[in-house]
Amino acid sequence: MAAISRDEVAHLARLARIEMTDAELDHLASEMDLILESVSRVQGVAGADIPPTSHAIAMQNVMRPDVVVPSLTPEEALSGAPAREEDRFKVPQILGEE
Amino acid sequence: MSTPIIHQTAAEMSADLASGSVTAVELATAHYDRIAAVDSDVHAFLHLDREGALAQAASVDASRKAGEKLHPLAGVPLALKDVLTQKGIPTTCGSKMLEGWRPPYDSTVVANLKKAGVVILGKTNMDEFAMGSSTENSAYGTTHNPWDLSRIPGGSGGGSSAALAAFEAPLAIGTDTGGSIRQPAAVTGTVGVKPTYGSVSRYGLVAFSSSLDQAGPCARTVLDTAMLHEVIAGYDAKDSTSINAPVGKMVEAAKKLDIKGMKIGVVKELSGEGYQAGVLTRFNEALDALVSAGAEIVEVSTPSFEYALAAYYLIAPSEASSNLARFDSMRYGIRIGDDGSRSAEAVMNMTREVGFGKEVKRRIILGAYALSSGYYDAYYGSAQKVRTLIKRDYEAAFAKVDVLVSPTCPTTAFKIGEKSDDPLAMYLNDVATIPVNLAGIGGMSLPCGLAPEDGLPVGFQIMSPALKDELMYQVGGTLEAALQSKWGAPLYASAPELAVK
Amino acid sequence: MALTYDQAIELYEPTLGLEVHVELNTNSKMFCGCATEFGASPNTQTCPVCLGLPGSLPVVNAKAIESSIRIGLALNCSITPFSRFARKNYFYPDMPKNFQTSQYDEPICVNGYLDVTIDTDEGPKVFRVEIERVHMEEDTGKSLHVGGATGRIHGAEHSLLDYNRAGIPLVEIVTRIVPGTEKYAPEVARAYVAELRDILRSLGVSDVKMEQGSLRCDANVSISPRGTGVLGTRSETKNVNSLRSVERAVRGEIIRQANRLQTGERIVQETRHFQEESGETRSGRSKEQAEDYRYFPEPDLLPIVADPAWVQELKSALPEKPSVHRKKLQEAWGVPDKEMSAMVNAELLDTVEETVRLGAEPTKARSWWLGEISRLANEKAVAPTSLIQPSEVAEVIALIAAGELTDKLARQVVEGVINGEGTPAAVIEKRGLKVVSDDSALMVAIEAAIASQPETAERVRAGNIPAAGAIIGAVMKATGGQADAAKVRELLLKHLGQG
Repeated sequence: MAAISRDEVAHLARLARIEMTDAELDHLASEMDLILESVSRVQGVAGADIPPTSHAIAMQNVMRPDVVVPSLTPEEALSGAPAREEDRFKVPQILGEE
Repeated sequence: MSTPIIHQTAAEMSADLASGSVTAVELATAHYDRIAAVDSDVHAFLHLDREGALAQAASVDASRKAGEKLHPLAGVPLALKDVLTQKGIPTTCGSKMLEGWRPPYDSTVVANLKKAGVVILGKTNMDEFAMGSSTENSAYGTTHNPWDLSRIPGGSGGGSSAALAAFEAPLAIGTDTGGSIRQPAAVTGTVGVKPTYGSVSRYGLVAFSSSLDQAGPCARTVLDTAMLHEVIAGYDAKDSTSINAPVGKMVEAAKKLDIKGMKIGVVKELSGEGYQAGVLTRFNEALDALVSAGAEIVEVSTPSFEYALAAYYLIAPSEASSNLARFDSMRYGIRIGDDGSRSAEAVMNMTREVGFGKEVKRRIILGAYALSSGYYDAYYGSAQKVRTLIKRDYEAAFAKVDVLVSPTCPTTAFKIGEKSDDPLAMYLNDVATIPVNLAGIGGMSLPCGLAPEDGLPVGFQIMSPALKDELMYQVGGTLEAALQSKWGAPLYASAPELAVK
Repeated sequence: MALTYDQAIELYEPTLGLEVHVELNTNSKMFCGCATEFGASPNTQTCPVCLGLPGSLPVVNAKAIESSIRIGLALNCSITPFSRFARKNYFYPDMPKNFQTSQYDEPICVNGYLDVTIDTDEGPKVFRVEIERVHMEEDTGKSLHVGGATGRIHGAEHSLLDYNRAGIPLVEIVTRIVPGTEKYAPEVARAYVAELRDILRSLGVSDVKMEQGSLRCDANVSISPRGTGVLGTRSETKNVNSLRSVERAVRGEIIRQANRLQTGERIVQETRHFQEESGETRSGRSKEQAEDYRYFPEPDLLPIVADPAWVQELKSALPEKPSVHRKKLQEAWGVPDKEMSAMVNAELLDTVEETVRLGAEPTKARSWWLGEISRLANEKAVAPTSLIQPSEVAEVIALIAAGELTDKLARQVVEGVINGEGTPAAVIEKRGLKVVSDDSALMVAIEAAIASQPETAERVRAGNIPAAGAIIGAVMKATGGQADAAKVRELLLKHLGQG
């Protein structure tokens, strides 16, 4: 049985904001199936008593003092903007929430 | 006949600069000439900053003339992997997504290089967002291995290692998430080091997998690599994961040439089946050299390494799926489909479809899946636990030995196109390098000869405990010296001549 | 026919939950050193980190951690021994990284409560609002929608983004559901937010200005038919920008939901937006298809392990709770409950306190602020505190006490100050409002009044003191109200042999 369906891949592509053609979805679904089969080896290797490691070098409480440092100029901040209007980033109409 | 200037090591260039027998401008110019002559075939560089580099070289020369005390590497040229930001210089990460983007800030690595007076020649090619082992995933064409132009130079940092092997630069910066410094070093007969996680700042390194990424030094010799290591390493308050500890004495360690009494562990799980015969031959010869130099070799077992590849291909894509979300065409990078009628969401979807290559999309989707509610524990959670086991395996091993060794990769450089349609086969390339990243420890690859069957470079990997990176340099420096005295010359000197245009 | 609020409550039992977002008033942002000034010009307070530029990395602001812990302690929470940031992944153009760095299953504070007192039909009653968690996160940028008729998102042709606000530290305070509020749900909601705001202000951790968005409230409301005990589907109302709106929004949602159920429709789990003008809520994004945020521990940040000794230190240095402080004030001022809650409800307690601190008598301070000044503020539809300073009110009260102003004159002085004529002293000078206190000038007026009312004067001489009122009135009239009535009385009685 396939580990992942084409619909699931389509859902993930939507979540990840990547437009995909039907052919791409089909191809990726079959690839994902192989990859997932391979990586699912990790399941059940470590017992419940094994803590997960998110940072290989364990550290904690790394903070900076609440001090203001100079910002970029708006010119620098907007230097890469695909579109701008005065000192704001110009983007296509936003759907959804207000 | 004297060695051409570009064939010198960085240490030799440093000495010549200090003695005044060469200037930084001459050095930079010689390398730009070499790049002009061979890079159309090699394609190591994506962008050359000739004007900026020559200006910096001139300023180093002026400082030297004025009698200022300079860093030993001041005036020595370097090739920078295109995944690190350099203010005002295009930074693409090998992706169409960032075509034309010029960051408004310097990465800490670049700031450190500039402070030391290292001359940055340009940006080198790489697999898109550092995802790959061949540079075939670059949106800007594949880099070719100077040892055989029909073969891959490794990846993701194939551009940096090819630049070294083609004598286009004596020093280079790479980044290593699962082997992207060491595997390219191995297949191009150069040296590359992945430092302990947190010892080189990640600020300005465009993230692939935050908990695994680490920038590191690349060169043609262990000593050059050590010199560069000391320039780029050090605490940086801008990176929360940066380790606040003094940088070890890498150069001193590289110069020691003494490993008498050291215990070196051979990782049982990282050899044998799946490893090319010639790779094992050269690896075993290197072990003999280490024994002759006075080290004791023992076999060490790390049973969890069996799951390292699987854990890596869950953790890295998961983090990548989140790290790469910011490429949405709103603030920087390319924007596709904004015709005034489409919504921001539609434009994001179209931009990401066009801007990302196949491998990047594959990993984003894989990562999104592994983090989904309902699958998190089975995939991402399990992988993070495997990571704990791998760390423990290393801890147990390092309780018995000073360093661990293995071949850097199972095979020598493969043909361009050979594995590009088989992601799983491609992923297997990293089987020996990945455990190092998962545990955050140091790893080095240095050349240990040419495989008898194909005449291509073989990499020898040395792994050192976290924050004991100098051990890699000590062992690496000794091994390099032993092998070179056996060969009569450094391995890179036997690289085939490239056609000069 | 549509159900009224009372009818809705008769049929349905409301359940309340509140999520309050507080912008901390740190100097710099949560994860970078950019300034946090409100109202700065667009994109002047941004850097690679808060713009989410490739390669940038976050570093936690220590002050934000400290403020969050102090908030938790003030809300009777436990400070967790291990907390972490996580990434909440979703795409939105005002969020530069397309994930919000937030806290998920490992928040910094948990399990607290806040008691609020409501005037019920049976007298004051305490409701305990349990706090589930207090966690840290970062704010988003601000978008300006261009091209639509109303400046709203709908119909806009494009949007303009300013990331000055992106990365400003936010603390989110989440309550458990508050059961048993019955018809007082709107009042409980308001009292909770008010009390929370007072606590945050006393801690000095936030500007708590709802109108500027530094304190934002989302009200979760559901109702269930009486007797069923089944929890209804909840809606989440955002955009609630004042205390009054909190109360109106909850009331409005209860009415709306009851009417839907009454007509056989179902409640949709969704985000709704409060409409200030109508007091109603409007549908926003549907949450039926739950977003999969793919949370995972933020790999660029490290865990927070709060040192218990430090936490203890912060705890012992907490300021007095506003409720305790109020009780103390009430005792010191000798003010009845009703007047006290009037000051609290009018949000003038701090102002009155400040006026008293500047020397005014509490009853006088209260009556000026809640009386004349509130009346004028009401006429102008502004906050009383925007009209006049506590120091000016204290000055006026002092002048009355010194006999230099009558109440009537004082009202004119206050009016002058509010009209921008200057300080009380300047108004008195300009308008010539000084009380006539020159005895000889007054005596002229008194003698004139006696001459016009000889019979009354005789009665006073004979010991009928109350009769003096008529003569005093005449004097006051003659002096245009600028005389001090007490002084007139004193002089008059003395003159007539009764002093």
